[in-house]
Amino acid sequence: MNSYIALDYTDVLLASVFLFLNGALSIVLRLGLERQLAIAAVRMVVQLFMVGLLLKFLFEAASPWLTLGVALAMAGFAGREIWARQERRLAGFWGFGIGAVTMLVAGAIVTVYGLVLQIQPDPWWSPRFALPLFGMVLGNTMTGVSLGLDTLHTTISRERRAIEAQLLLGRTIREAVAPAMRVALRSGFTPIVNAMAAIGVVSLPGMMTGQILSGLDPSEAVKYQLLIMFLIGGATGLGVLGAVFASLWRLTDERHRLRLERLVTAP
Amino acid sequence: MLSVSKLRSRLFGPIDLEVEGGECVAVVGASGAGKSLLLRAIVDLDPNEGEVAWKTRSRSEMPAPEWRRLVSYVPAETGWWADQVAAHFNSSEKALALFEMVGLPREAMGWDVTRLSTGERHRLGLVRALLQKPEVLLLDEPTAALDEAATRDVEELVKRELQSGTAILLVTHDVRQAERLASRRLTIADGKIVDQTGAAA
Repeated sequence: MNSYIALDYTDVLLASVFLFLNGALSIVLRLGLERQLAIAAVRMVVQLFMVGLLLKFLFEAASPWLTLGVALAMAGFAGREIWARQERRLAGFWGFGIGAVTMLVAGAIVTVYGLVLQIQPDPWWSPRFALPLFGMVLGNTMTGVSLGLDTLHTTISRERRAIEAQLLLGRTIREAVAPAMRVALRSGFTPIVNAMAAIGVVSLPGMMTGQILSGLDPSEAVKYQLLIMFLIGGATGLGVLGAVFASLWRLTDERHRLRLERLVTAP
Repeated sequence: MLSVSKLRSRLFGPIDLEVEGGECVAVVGASGAGKSLLLRAIVDLDPNEGEVAWKTRSRSEMPAPEWRRLVSYVPAETGWWADQVAAHFNSSEKALALFEMVGLPREAMGWDVTRLSTGERHRLGLVRALLQKPEVLLLDEPTAALDEAATRDVEELVKRELQSGTAILLVTHDVRQAERLASRRLTIADGKIVDQTGAAA
């Protein structure tokens, strides 16, 4: 059952009619949104065309080094996004580095695992499989990691007195920060747990919808989606644990002290 | 003897001082002079440099938690990690005996921390620290939020600790209190000791 229907640009243009209607509505109702709407729409069009061209180029080049380079850049962008989403973050390079490195390591482990053992394209690093897979894993893991870090930093700052009171009674730093660590880990895991619970009932995942639209049997698309979700779950676990532990290591020291001067508040 | 030598951090110092067992030394000075920072540095709660020792035991030779059980700092405003008062005490029996000495009702053990007044919280913090049986006490304005009767209770407790050989460094804004409890007085300004006198002088 292969019945892929190709779109031409007229189809795409026709679909944008509703967006123009929104713009007109904004002018009539004086919502002042038309400018933002126009900019966002243009950005979307340009970005998607560019990424389409880039992917086409990468697939044709089929170079392992280019693929690796793009994957590194993606992890970098994810690290930057995690950095931006925290109200309080580690000062200096650490604020970006912990997010970027944990995303790269956690994302790479599960992506390589999925490519080599389950999907098995030839070659295993084939950009047509590796990059979309890595992108989906990063995009979903990022939310958990940034939430985990943000919660950790906010909780530790707020509970500073309670943590120090325990240190003053001779407890170890590990005992004293354990409650904050648990709150942070729980909040990092929440998005993936919620996503798994709602999937298929509230939301149809984009990848599965895409595969169905391109003519794939839904039960085949489900298998792919499950694989992806398991990989994302794995990467979230690794990423959230890695980032929260790394940040805790940075925020404490061997003399059982809190080092909150290493946190800065986002402007 | 508690000996502090060349203690400094980014914000204060260097400071040298000594407190004998059974002696109370008062630390006075304007707000922001570095009094609390000095106490925090002695218990190693902030990064700092310098030598600190109690009797023959040097701070650098033991893990920080062990040091903090020996040398207890009671901050001006301490923290609570559970909702219930009782959750902050290992043995409520020993704690209740001390409750009485500082004028806290026994029922307070069953209360929520949020129900306590500032003064009550402060005395609870002191009781919590004393239960660890520290050999050095660093008290940061222990009676600032207390009425006369409660202040007397706390001072009695401090005297009892002194008699049992505890060394006490007492940060206070109350000159009379310094005279009542301390044998010497150190004045701190801009993170340094600028004056040192006997309280009687």
